[in-house]
Amino acid sequence: MKKLTHPSQLADWKARILEERPVPKKTVVVSNGTCGQASGSLGIIEALGRELDRRDLRETVGMEITGCHGFCELEPNIVIYPEGIYYGRLKPEDIPMVIEKSILKNKVIDALAYEDPKTGRRYPLQKDIPFYRKQMRLLMEDNLRIDPNRIEDYILAEGYQALSRALFDMTAEEVIREIDSAGLRGRGGAGFPTGKKWQFCRNEIADRRYIICNADEGNPGTYMDRSILGANPHSVIEGMIIGAYAIGAAEGYIYVRMEAPQAVRQVTIARDQARKHGLLGKSILGSEFHFDIQIVEGAGAFICGEETSLMASIEGRRAVSRQRPPFPAQSGLWGQPTNINNVETWANVPLIIKRGAEWYSQIGTPKSKGTKIFSLVGKIRHGGQVEVPMGTKLREIIYDIGGGIKDGKKFKAVQTGGPSGGCLPAQLLDLAIDYDNLVQAGSTMGSGGMIVMDETTCMVDLARHYMHFTQEESCGKCVPCRVGTRQMHDILVRITRGEGEEADLARLEELGESITAASLCGLGQSAPNPVLSTIRHFREEYFEHIKHRKCAARVCRELIASPGQGARPAQRKAKKRQHD
Amino acid sequence: MDDLLREFSRGQKDLTQILHKVQAEYGYIPAQAIRRVAEHLNTTENEVYGVLTFYKAYRLQPRGKHLVTVCQGTSCHIRGGAGVFDEMKKELGVEPGETTPDRMFSLETVNCLGCCAIGPTVVVNGTYYSHVSVEDVRSIIAEYRKRK
Repeated sequence: MKKLTHPSQLADWKARILEERPVPKKTVVVSNGTCGQASGSLGIIEALGRELDRRDLRETVGMEITGCHGFCELEPNIVIYPEGIYYGRLKPEDIPMVIEKSILKNKVIDALAYEDPKTGRRYPLQKDIPFYRKQMRLLMEDNLRIDPNRIEDYILAEGYQALSRALFDMTAEEVIREIDSAGLRGRGGAGFPTGKKWQFCRNEIADRRYIICNADEGNPGTYMDRSILGANPHSVIEGMIIGAYAIGAAEGYIYVRMEAPQAVRQVTIARDQARKHGLLGKSILGSEFHFDIQIVEGAGAFICGEETSLMASIEGRRAVSRQRPPFPAQSGLWGQPTNINNVETWANVPLIIKRGAEWYSQIGTPKSKGTKIFSLVGKIRHGGQVEVPMGTKLREIIYDIGGGIKDGKKFKAVQTGGPSGGCLPAQLLDLAIDYDNLVQAGSTMGSGGMIVMDETTCMVDLARHYMHFTQEESCGKCVPCRVGTRQMHDILVRITRGEGEEADLARLEELGESITAASLCGLGQSAPNPVLSTIRHFREEYFEHIKHRKCAARVCRELIASPGQGARPAQRKAKKRQHD
Repeated sequence: MDDLLREFSRGQKDLTQILHKVQAEYGYIPAQAIRRVAEHLNTTENEVYGVLTFYKAYRLQPRGKHLVTVCQGTSCHIRGGAGVFDEMKKELGVEPGETTPDRMFSLETVNCLGCCAIGPTVVVNGTYYSHVSVEDVRSIIAEYRKRK
């Protein structure tokens, strides 16, 4: 395959792939993301290969290895096409029967089909399972069809057609207008309008501009960015090329978290393939536009998710944040105008260019458009990645999609926005999720973490957990964040040990307000949120720890009669799996 | 070291990527390497040391034969990860960042491994263990003790 030098060659290439690719009678798709591999998908792939060879079925049955499909709780799982039969929590021993019955005889194996734990009903087809059916998977649905190692799969899924449209049918200004009128807002957490951000950067007079993809997804409990990069990396790369064209940048960086090795590997492979096919580099698709991407692996510092720190890290320095203004759009990487967007934001760009701002802006709420992917984890029955339109209610996500609380326990709270966010109690389950509603309720959207808690979670311990995290990850440059978060942490440790005083709550609130007001960057400004929001919604629980020296959730060890006993929920036996 | 450095430019922007490479090669960042990297980038040892100690990824001491990483993410934490972590410290007799005296195990923590729906998660030398309970800790470690 030579480099593409004309937009029309994109369609020719697609036609050729379709022509050359064998059309098997059945295709087995194996979900092989990080959760999949940790749960044994590699064993499933091996067993499938062995069985197909043994029965000499390689010609008639295709096997597609993809990234994460989203339903992490039921890994390892497969989907058999064309029917779309779904089998979860598979074991290698199940494979011979799957081949025998579902592939050769077209029958559903009831025992392996998904069973709704509430109703006992079986759902043999992937599309009917409530977890999937109630989502709107604009970004994630293609994960089922794409082997991230093969650019051809992305081309078959209409990939790089938005780029072709932007480069040849639209001016840079028109691209920015389209993104702006679609109403796309930054998915990294701040929710700033993407079109406006691009325009600011474009307006700066400079010889050189940069764009950055922030893939330093550091919020604990949040992993959609690495899933997108691991499962559909070209969607992000295509979004970046379109953005670079609109802004007038010739160089881009993807800054990926080192703790996400699969994302680093897949995005590097995808970048190299895009270069080889003339989709990155000089004269993209034969146009006069040049753009290339460098991939920088992070080094384990949470602060790098903050834009000024991230840029310092790309420059090879200590990643301390700095005062804004000047904003990155004015003076960013090496002092040049720079535009930074999050992975999910970039992945939305091709979608908007392909299907139009008018279509896109009809999804969501008046002020928050499109879909959002949430990492639904914690004490939830069906944990995984969930993509829903903005404005979906918490209750719909947690109960209709997530299947409610695990082990017959009661819902207590949901934490959104990670260490920058807050906890929302049961009274707020009917809150429609968008950027503004969450802030009003004392939390934030953040990058989409959603950690569900039941009565065995102690809110004071949770607040301590988050403060421990932020005080460790503070870059140390400004005093309010460096010293303040430490002070808050120490007070919380005292309370969880039963050494709290009544005045501690007022101290925490006062410290929290000062840190929010006086910190240099987003890390410090939002660090008190988990504490302030739990005080706001679970004040009684703090009182109980301080006055009665009691921890009803039985988590704080110093406050329960026999230490360690009963504090932790029973766990299933650990499963060991080989990771590549 | 010369071969390793040849791949990189002499600009500071390559510093963190060089350090990743050095660590992949030696398992840690030896003092001599700091000097060589500083020379290569035409900067001070101080600067290199300052950058590498800022980030969690780099080690100044060689690690043990087996690397045990316990996830400290919020999802793992509320699913019982704190107990698993305490048990691991007890089992190995070291704090995070330390190596056992027999150089068999190094214990490290990570803020989130991104497989939150199947936690608590422990990783030993790249092998993921999901749904780990306090009771599992001993048998996981025993498996590696046997291997020597």
